[in-house]
Amino acid sequence: MSPPPLDPRDRGGKAQPLLAVTGLKKYFHLKSGLLSSAAGVVQSVDGISFTVRKGETLGIVGESGCGKSTTARLLMRLIDPDAGEVIFDGETIGTHDGMSIREMRRNMQMVFQDSYASLNPRLPIEESIAFGPRVHGIPRAAARERARSLLEQVGLDPNLYVRRYPHELSGGQRQRVNIARALALEPRLVIMDEAVSALDKSVEAQVLNLLMDLKTNFGLTYIFISHDLNVVQYMSDRVLVMYLGKLVEIGTVEAIYNRPRHPYTRALLSAMPSMDPARRTTQPPLTGDPPNPINPPSGCRFRTRCAFAEEVCARAEPKLVESDEATLHHVACHMAIPGSGHSAATRGIAEAAAS
Amino acid sequence: MADAAANFVRIAEPLGPATELSVKSRSYWSSVLGKLRRDPVTLTCAGILVLIFLSAIFAPLIIPADPYKTSMIRRLQAVGSPGNLLGTDELGRDMIARLIYGGRLSLLMGTLPVINALLIGGLLGVTAGFLGGRVNMLIMRTIDVFYAFPSVLLAIAISGALGAGLMNSIVALTIVFIPPVARVSEAVTTSVRGLDFVEAARASGARSWTIIRVHILGNVLGPIFIYATGLISVSIILASGLSFLGLGVKPPEPEWGLMLNTLRQSIWVNPVVAALPGTMIFLTSICFNLMSDGLRSAMDVKL
Ligand SMILES: Nc1ncnc2c1ncn2[C@@H]1O[C@H](COP(=O)(O)OP(=O)(O)OP(=O)(O)O)[C@@H](O)[C@H]1O
Ligand code: SF4
Ligand SMILES: [Mg+2]
Repeated sequence: MSPPPLDPRDRGGKAQPLLAVTGLKKYFHLKSGLLSSAAGVVQSVDGISFTVRKGETLGIVGESGCGKSTTARLLMRLIDPDAGEVIFDGETIGTHDGMSIREMRRNMQMVFQDSYASLNPRLPIEESIAFGPRVHGIPRAAARERARSLLEQVGLDPNLYVRRYPHELSGGQRQRVNIARALALEPRLVIMDEAVSALDKSVEAQVLNLLMDLKTNFGLTYIFISHDLNVVQYMSDRVLVMYLGKLVEIGTVEAIYNRPRHPYTRALLSAMPSMDPARRTTQPPLTGDPPNPINPPSGCRFRTRCAFAEEVCARAEPKLVESDEATLHHVACHMAIPGSGHSAATRGIAEAAAS
Repeated sequence: MADAAANFVRIAEPLGPATELSVKSRSYWSSVLGKLRRDPVTLTCAGILVLIFLSAIFAPLIIPADPYKTSMIRRLQAVGSPGNLLGTDELGRDMIARLIYGGRLSLLMGTLPVINALLIGGLLGVTAGFLGGRVNMLIMRTIDVFYAFPSVLLAIAISGALGAGLMNSIVALTIVFIPPVARVSEAVTTSVRGLDFVEAARASGARSWTIIRVHILGNVLGPIFIYATGLISVSIILASGLSFLGLGVKPPEPEWGLMLNTLRQSIWVNPVVAALPGTMIFLTSICFNLMSDGLRSAMDVKL
């Protein structure tokens, strides 16, 4: 990772995380029609904490429904969190003395999965890209000029594309427009929620490379959400693994992919096509669907599918503990907590898996 | 790590826009117009409606006789009689003059309530749909109370309560059409509001009103407008019905529903003449309906 260029907007220096998230939580209360009494509570994101360092790409992986998109939407404040604090470069978002939500949205932008649905079909793409700058008070001519220059930056000739409508573009081209739109406010952090998942493999590779180039050119920081472990490995500096609204493991991409400690991460990786076959045989495959997030299992949420689950796993929720300082590796599993009461706690996960 | 990288080797070939390039970009509306141009039914209906509207607007210039002038000796003349090409009514008044003049009131009572309902119901529905939550509940539950009554009954009840007259029937019909317009507006807006481009607009920090103006209205006005066009035919029929029942305009004003009523007794004497006002009502409403259908399918282009 090359050091990001000096950014005049930088406040706390390189060591201060760009984004610090503490105890982020969102429960959806499902209404049962008539009397609108609560019929259930979906614990979509349940108290997750992490940081994003300046200039890095943090990958977020996890099965469908584990709360990745909800996390992204919470960060953008498209939905209000039930609890939790988000600090952007030292300023708490949404507090009086911190950063306003509007200001946050200038610094943080998002690219959605569905390239077609995320563009207004009635507006030429130039207008879609210029909308954000217009909202933030940039005159029309200047906003259009910025739209043209961004189209060029994302590899679309402005002379050909500027007056086009979304339906006149291919999926890959539309996603380039969405990236341009996200960059139009000159954000420092861009959240990509499955931004390349809907694209063909070859187009996907082009867009990923474009994202890499833009990151260097604009000094960006990324949160890259995907269920494709290969893509996340290619893009990320660090990887965060989610399971049923909980953060279960986080660390550098090498640590997560080469020395995963959480049984869930190990199972996920063993299902990855290009993984070492020797490891695959020792790992129990991930079977069945994740349990219902309305009534998640007590203790460790993974215990219903975990081959190493013991009594303590049902009783207590494993805390996120540091497992290796050098690789910023943290894991939430009783086997990684000495003295937790799990029989493998002293031996470590690797030996437990081998035996 | 190495094989992950190998999966994403840089693809050197440039993007190939040149092959799939259409010279001129076509906006949504230009493709809708293109589709309409190839739809003879909709074009014919639109043509007939334009004729009816023009004749109503320029009625004083084109009528061959005074629509109010009665003649005891020339009552219920048949179609084709000299001097009265479409015959005369039960008081000897010229049918052409009365039909053309009648279009003024009938079209006014057909369109004005719908336009009013479009403004009020559309505003309520779009607001409810965009804001959602409690505001939505409040607006839509109130609307549902009115929706519970059949439109004919509601129109008669309100007209009856307000008393007969042109203005009162327009008010009554407006009230009848607000709930359906609001419902359709709410449904369309709710579906558009959930789309990612609205989320993206919110994520750019835009205020609600800006989002509605730039991103919502353009996507919901079309469907709401089409629906309202279909309501005009209902409004014309209901308005005629009110006049027929004596709750609309009063004699001797020419109005198609009222004419239908007064010519009723003459149906055995001169059935063709007696059927003329009904024919106008039918023709106008069927044209509005077919045009609404045509617009709907033309605008339903999957982009
Ligand atoms: N508005 C909502 N109302 C109720 N439940 C919701 C809502 N949004 C999300 N959920 C629930 O929250 C959970 C997490 O959803 P989320 O979309 O964040 O998952 P995800 O990790 O992005 O999954 P995917 O990979 O399929 O996109 C799911 O169980 C989902 O059903
Ligand atoms: S805490 Fe227990 S159940 Fe959860 S992953 Fe670790 S061993 Fe498995
Ligand atoms: Mg998602």
